[in-house]
Amino acid sequence: MKWLLTDIFQFDLIKIEIGFEMKNLLFEIKEGLLISLKAIRANKARSVLTTLGIIIGVASVVLMSTAIKGIDQSFQAGVASLGSDNLYIDKWAWFDNDIPWWEMRNRKDITMEDFRAYKDLAKLPISIAPSANSQRTIKYEERSVQFVFITGTDFNYINTTNLSFDEGRFFTELESNGGRSVVVLGSEISKKLFPQGGALNQLIKIGGNRFKVVGVLEEQGSWVMGGWNPDNQAYVPIQNIFKYFVSRHSNGITINIRAENSQMVESTKEEALGIMRRVRGLKYDEKNDFSINQQEGLLTNINETVGVIQIAGLLITGLALFVGAIGIMNIMFVSVKERTREIGIRKAIGATKRTILGQFISESAIICLIGGMIGLGVAIIGSMIIAQFDFPVTIDIDAVILAVTISLITGVISGFAPAYTAAKLDPVDALRYE
Amino acid sequence: MNIINIEHIAKIYQVGSEEVHALADVSLRINKNEYVAIMGPSGSGKSTLMNILGCLDTPTKGLYDFSGENVSQMNDNELASIRNRQIGFVFQTFNLLARSDALHNVELPLIYAGVSSHERRERAEAALENVGLKDRMTHKPNELSGGQRQRVAVARALVTNPSIILADEPTGNLDTKTGEDIMRLFHEIHEAGNTIILVTHEEYIAEHAARIIRLRDGLVERDEVVINRYIPV
Repeated sequence: MKWLLTDIFQFDLIKIEIGFEMKNLLFEIKEGLLISLKAIRANKARSVLTTLGIIIGVASVVLMSTAIKGIDQSFQAGVASLGSDNLYIDKWAWFDNDIPWWEMRNRKDITMEDFRAYKDLAKLPISIAPSANSQRTIKYEERSVQFVFITGTDFNYINTTNLSFDEGRFFTELESNGGRSVVVLGSEISKKLFPQGGALNQLIKIGGNRFKVVGVLEEQGSWVMGGWNPDNQAYVPIQNIFKYFVSRHSNGITINIRAENSQMVESTKEEALGIMRRVRGLKYDEKNDFSINQQEGLLTNINETVGVIQIAGLLITGLALFVGAIGIMNIMFVSVKERTREIGIRKAIGATKRTILGQFISESAIICLIGGMIGLGVAIIGSMIIAQFDFPVTIDIDAVILAVTISLITGVISGFAPAYTAAKLDPVDALRYE
Repeated sequence: MNIINIEHIAKIYQVGSEEVHALADVSLRINKNEYVAIMGPSGSGKSTLMNILGCLDTPTKGLYDFSGENVSQMNDNELASIRNRQIGFVFQTFNLLARSDALHNVELPLIYAGVSSHERRERAEAALENVGLKDRMTHKPNELSGGQRQRVAVARALVTNPSIILADEPTGNLDTKTGEDIMRLFHEIHEAGNTIILVTHEEYIAEHAARIIRLRDGLVERDEVVINRYIPV
C-alpha cells in the first residue's frame, strides 16, 4: 500500500483560513444542525420523552390563545348582534360603579308612561322600544327548556338590533299593540324544542300560557353572553309580560334606543338626558333618577374580562411551557454529562467552543421545534374535539407562528446552559472521562 | 527542519495547597518525518507531555513552537484550529463516535475544517480505503473488531493530512497480532513521509520508532536513537 494522501489532496488549508468568515459560520450552522439531527436520531427514546414536555406546553399555549381569541370574538359578535349604536335607559347603571347601588335601588322604576312620553319627544333616534324580562319555562309537547329569558317588547324592538331571521318574522305592529300571544324564538330554543325543525306556527307554552311561534331567529353564536345571548331568548309582546309573568321586582322596563350612527350616539344621549329629566320632572339641582347605558360600557367590560382571562390563561399555560423547558434543560444536562467523552473527541479533532455550543443549542432547538410541531398537531386535534361542544376555536396561521416561535425560543433558552457547560469542558478531562 | 521545538517547558498543577510538577523542565526538538517514541513509567509526565504536544493543553512555563507558531501563547480557539489542521490523534481506546458509522467518524475532522460535503466524502473514503476498510465504511464501531476500529481512528487522524500523528498507546487495547498489524500501518504511514510521535510504555512497541525519549519525574532521562530498530514486514 502506498501512502499518497499528500499527493491525492492538494488541500490548501490557508485558503480556508483567509476570509470566508461568514461562509464558515453558515457552514458551521448547517453542519451543526446535521450533527444535532444525527444525535437526536441516535437517542430516540430520550428525545421522545424530552419532547413530551414541550408538546404539552406548546399544545396548551396554542389552545389557550385560540380559545381566548374565540372568547373575544364571541363577545364582539354578541355586542354586534345587540347593535353597536344603542343606548339603554334603565333604572340601573349597568357598568358604572360610581353610583351607590342603594341609591339606584331607591329610584322609581322606568314605566311604560315614561317610555311613551320619551318616544313622543325624542327626535334623533331611528328606533325606540321598551323591554321587560322574565325567566320562564317553555314547553312544546314533551320537550321543555327551563329558565329561558323572555323579553317582552314591541314591534319596534327588531329595528334596535341587528337580529335576522331563520324563518318567519318579528311580531307586527298589530300583534304588538294588541298584546297578542305570539312569540319569536332564539335559534337555540327553537333547536331544543323542535329538533326536526318546523317551529313556525306551532303553539308552545310559556309558563303555562299558549303562544304561537311567528318567527325563529338566525343563530348569533355569541355563547359567552349566556342568557343574554339572543339564541337563548324568546320575544313576546310586552303586555304579556305584565299580564302573566311579572316577577316581584320587575314592574320597570328598559327603553332601548338606536342612534342613527355612531357619530350620533352622543347627541342622542344628550337629547335623551334632557327629555328624561323633563319626563321625570327633575329640578335643575336634582340628580338623575335613571341611567343611560351604552354599548361602550359593555365593550369596556368585555375587554376587561377578556384581559383577565388572557392573563390567567397565559400564566397557566406559560407554567406548562416552563415545566417543559426545565425538562429539556434537565435532559440536555444529562446528555452533556453522558456525552462528555464525545465532546472530548470532537474537541480533540478540532471542534471549537462555538461549534460545540452551537451543536447542543441546535439540538435542543430541534427537539423543541419537533415537539412544537407535534404540540401544534395536538392542539389542532384538541380544537376539533372542543369545537364539537360549540366552543368556537379556530387554529389559524397566527397559532402556527406562535407555536414555532415559542418552541424555538424555549429550545434555545433551555439549551443554552447545558450547551455552555459542554463548550467549556476541558478536552483533556473530557477525553479521560469514563 | 523542526516541526516541534520545545524549550524548558514545565507544567505545574495546584493540588490543594501543594504544587505538583508534572513536567519539571523538558526541552526537545522533533524533525519532519521523524518516528519518535515517548516512554516512561506512570507519573513520569508522559501523558502531560503528550497533551501539550497535542495542543490539548498549554504549558505553565516555557516555549512550544509548532512549525513556526507559538502554541504556548494560544487561546482555546487557536488551539482547536491547530489540533484540527496539524495533529492527527490515535488513542488507546480508539475514541470513535459510537453512534456514527466509520465514514462519518473519518469525515468529522473535515467538518470542523470547513470542507464541503462532497470533498469530505471523497477524502474520507480514500482514507478508509488506505487503511484497508473499503468494505466497512458504513459499519458502526460496535460492528467492527478492535483492530478495525483502530484503523478507522488512524484514517480519521490522517484524513486532514496533518503535520504529526500523535498516537497514545495505540496497541494498548489490542492483542499482540492485531497490535502488530497497527504498527505495520504506522510504519507505512511513516514511510509515506509523515511524522509520528508514539507514546507507549512497552519496550518492543517503542522499538518500532527510530528514536526513543525516556521521561522520569518530569524530566527527560534519556533521548536515544534506536540502533536495532524493529521494522515490520
